[in-house]
Amino acid sequence: MIENKSQKRKNAWIAFLCVLAFLALVFCLDQWIKPTDKLGMLLIVLQKGSVYALAAVSMNLLNGYTGLFSLGHAGFMLLGAYTYAIFTIPDKSRDAVYQYFDAAIRFSIPEKLSQHMGGFGTALGVFIALVLAGLVAALMAWLIGLPVLRLKSDYLAIATLGFAEIIRAVFQWSKLGPITNGSNLLKNFARASKFKLEIAGTKLSLSTFVPVLIATVSITLIVLIVNSTYGRAFKAIRDDEVAAEAMGINLAKHKMIAFVTSSFFAGVAGATLAMVLSIAQANNFKSAMTYEILLMVVLGGIGSITGSVIGSLLFVAASEWWLRGLDSGKFLGIEAPNIFRNGFRLVVFSVIIMIVVLFFREGIMGEKELPDLFRKKKKDPAKEAQS
Amino acid sequence: MKKVLSLTLALIMIFALCSVGVAHADNPVVKIGVFEPQSGDNGAGGKQEILGMQYANHLTPTVDIGGTTYDVELVYADNASSNDKAPTAAQTLISSGVSLVLGSYGSGVSIAASDTFDAAGVPAIGVTCTNPQVTAGCDVYFRICFLDPFQGTVLANFAKAELGATKAYCLAKQGDDYSGGLCNYFIEAFGKDNCVYEQFPEGTSDYSTYITNAQNQGCDVFFAPVSTEAAAQIIAKADTQALGMPILAGDTWDSNVILQAAKGTNVKICVTTFYQEGADAEFDAGIKSWINSDATALANNGGNDELAAVTVMGYDAYYMALEALKAAGSTDPADVLEVLPTVSYTGVTGPIAFDEIGDAVRDSAFVKQCNTETGVWDFVSVATVG
Amino acid sequence: MDVLKTTLPYIISGISVGGQYALIAIGYTMVYGILRLINFAHGDVFMVAGLMMVYLSASLPLYLAIPLMILITVLLGFTIERVAYKPLRTAPRMSVMISAIGVSYLLQNLALYITGGLNKNYPQIPWISDRISLFGMETSRVTVITPFLTIVLVFALVMLINHTKIGMAMRAVSRDFETSQLMGIQINRVISATFIIGTFLAAVGSILFFTNYPGVVPTSGAMPGLKAFVAAVFGGIGSIPGAVIGAFIIGIAESVIKGLDTILIVNGVISEQIGLATFSDAFTFVLLIIILVFKPTGLFGEKSTDKV
Repeated sequence: MIENKSQKRKNAWIAFLCVLAFLALVFCLDQWIKPTDKLGMLLIVLQKGSVYALAAVSMNLLNGYTGLFSLGHAGFMLLGAYTYAIFTIPDKSRDAVYQYFDAAIRFSIPEKLSQHMGGFGTALGVFIALVLAGLVAALMAWLIGLPVLRLKSDYLAIATLGFAEIIRAVFQWSKLGPITNGSNLLKNFARASKFKLEIAGTKLSLSTFVPVLIATVSITLIVLIVNSTYGRAFKAIRDDEVAAEAMGINLAKHKMIAFVTSSFFAGVAGATLAMVLSIAQANNFKSAMTYEILLMVVLGGIGSITGSVIGSLLFVAASEWWLRGLDSGKFLGIEAPNIFRNGFRLVVFSVIIMIVVLFFREGIMGEKELPDLFRKKKKDPAKEAQS
Repeated sequence: MKKVLSLTLALIMIFALCSVGVAHADNPVVKIGVFEPQSGDNGAGGKQEILGMQYANHLTPTVDIGGTTYDVELVYADNASSNDKAPTAAQTLISSGVSLVLGSYGSGVSIAASDTFDAAGVPAIGVTCTNPQVTAGCDVYFRICFLDPFQGTVLANFAKAELGATKAYCLAKQGDDYSGGLCNYFIEAFGKDNCVYEQFPEGTSDYSTYITNAQNQGCDVFFAPVSTEAAAQIIAKADTQALGMPILAGDTWDSNVILQAAKGTNVKICVTTFYQEGADAEFDAGIKSWINSDATALANNGGNDELAAVTVMGYDAYYMALEALKAAGSTDPADVLEVLPTVSYTGVTGPIAFDEIGDAVRDSAFVKQCNTETGVWDFVSVATVG
Repeated sequence: MDVLKTTLPYIISGISVGGQYALIAIGYTMVYGILRLINFAHGDVFMVAGLMMVYLSASLPLYLAIPLMILITVLLGFTIERVAYKPLRTAPRMSVMISAIGVSYLLQNLALYITGGLNKNYPQIPWISDRISLFGMETSRVTVITPFLTIVLVFALVMLINHTKIGMAMRAVSRDFETSQLMGIQINRVISATFIIGTFLAAVGSILFFTNYPGVVPTSGAMPGLKAFVAAVFGGIGSIPGAVIGAFIIGIAESVIKGLDTILIVNGVISEQIGLATFSDAFTFVLLIIILVFKPTGLFGEKSTDKV
């Protein structure tokens, strides 16, 4: 036992150092690569990839670890994105953004704080807005969860999907225009491309670092939850509800905790997505987005956190970057404008996904985590370890 | 199994990276980004706008910049008419090293991408994005078309004075800055109390209800500046349901899609636009013979050689871009951005120059009516706001 | 009287849409009844049927194009089941549902590729797309035909299920999957038959739907598909009459909500637009959640007991 514990602590340290090294690398990349460079797409992939990684991990917490098949993720991300955007639009841009309405909320958290605390205030404001985004999503999840969580697997899926669509409709309602800008897009809020750190006169770009940092911290929190007693209870519910209940696990309570936590991080992911895209619009958070995130989870392996991260990074990199050539007439040096035309990328991509779904049902990682792969030679049974 | 999978993915990645950097040309190349929708709701319109640029590129494939002759290469990115795809599409253009960007058809995608262009310092020239928010507050966005407040007012005046309308039904697409913006300014000019304003969600297929709504509320003009895709269906439904009032729309409807849909029906359609076919006979003949000689171009223009105003605007935008490159004397986006406010050019659609916000100085629009027997546009008047 | 006169057009167009949803909903409800699978790809099969018609009618006369389109669509439904669902028969239900989502994603992307992402205009079918006058309102003939055709087809289907051998097998399989296998029912044949019937009805539905709303885009099937599924849940999943009634209710509700502002204004209830049309899609889901929370088995569904 004692040996096991020290081993665990050692692993935790290794994981921690790896994460730190990764963050440092991202920070450096942020300085080295300019948007006009050929590698500029790498930054975009890191930004979007980390957002989707967070979304996928938070969905995995629910679908993979607790066995609750929910399809409402896009709705919670929408709530997060709107909360974040509404509370960080600077005063002077309000009227331009709400061009058809009279803005009701005229309160930008980062701006108010920066008036008192300068640059640190802005950062703090962004952080508060992010947490707020998560809390709004979590609150809504709690309200939705009360009636919905009693439902069985596919009824739960379709009910959460329905709620996401209802949320989207409400946010597009013109009568709420003074708050949500109706169905029009929100912009000019605190966004990744504007994040800079000024040290001794030199400006350091943080446009990729910040989203990656948010995703990393959030995912770490999810890992901690998964490895806590709550996480074990979630897995027990997934494996056998009746047995879990017999063991004294309060089903309703734990399902609700999983649902609310997952939605909190979905909200944060939505806010980060808005930050990265520099726009937020209800119309983008359709059920297709939920499906895409679900496919990322499947690609990585349901029930593996590192799997979800790898899955989403691969998904984003492939769809946004590597396979772009399939759309523009030239791929792998082959020129065939008649085959490689607009949309071919997505066809190839969905075929790959179908292959994974049908023949590699485990996904890339199955239920294993990245550190498990290094530990394969030792003969102990693959236990959960933190990434 | 997993090894095979990961190996394949790794190979795809390596090959994709290799395939990026292949270039061959005698002259150095200057790249102009084409940021247009080629799929989605505005796909057809975007393709027509690209046609103009391609024709211009076909006529003038080189440009002298600072004493050197450059080959002009058009680099395309499809923003899929979708605001969430727009920033990434813009980023692909930026990282492929374009000197400046043209586009887009549809205001929403331009607004959505303006931040990305701004962050990279790459200038963009809007071709037919008419919403004021495209250029307002964005230092790198310019445009060569007129604006919605102008167009909306022209249309409202036309509805009142020429059509004798007293109550207008306005239909826009939810979350679409083009139709929403235009309706907004139309309503402002027409009088809020005399307008019924409704929005349909994306993916709507049932337009018959909106026509019934207009009839039931006793409107006498139907203002629907929506995408051409929706337009074709609205016209069809207006015919079957005997709408009984003229349909009015903005520049997007100046397209052969509308003409085809309206031919043989009993619907009166009027639009405001940038260009009247026949204003420059030589240009018309040239571009028509080019479209007819190129099967892809013909298909992209909807199967015939009827010119859309956006095609002509695309043509002018290309030459505007060349002027900017010449004036900058360099292919560096920063240099182009610096000279762009002072560049001017007289195109087929008239003289083009930018004001201090970056908008084109344009004070007139053409009003056309669809001839439902012959399927062509009849010129009505030149409208100004004074 | 005025209320009726202003509301009637919406109700008539709602009944028509409802009939089209009903034809799709049957596919959902039958598949769910037997496999316990929400076949997310069903709506996209419906869209593919529409696209197929566009391409076939470009080169073939209609009397050939329509049967051929129906045949290919049925084949597609059959193939999807064999390729994407059959290998997963023993897998957890979530895997099959994910596979269905994957197929839906694939079909949409394929359609995007083939059409280039552009709207395709559905061909005009003579007679049924003609304009007619009904109670003083102008509409197309398809609006009137749809509900009747739907009821005829549903009647035929119910006869098939109640009075043929394959119908009996279907009922047995939906009652108890494993036992019916033990009784010598060839389960794969039954499932294939279910998919064939479901896609056949969806193909017929696509003719009616797209004649009415003649634009086909890759996402055309998504919303009608979801709504048809909700209709199936609403009526009690597994129950065919339930699905049909659910579909009509949803169709009418949707259409009336789109015109609700106008109805209320014309009748003097409110004085300006309040944008209720925004909720025309969302209302379907509100109905869904209400029914799931208060009567999870739907209007006509049978009670199911969960065994441990």
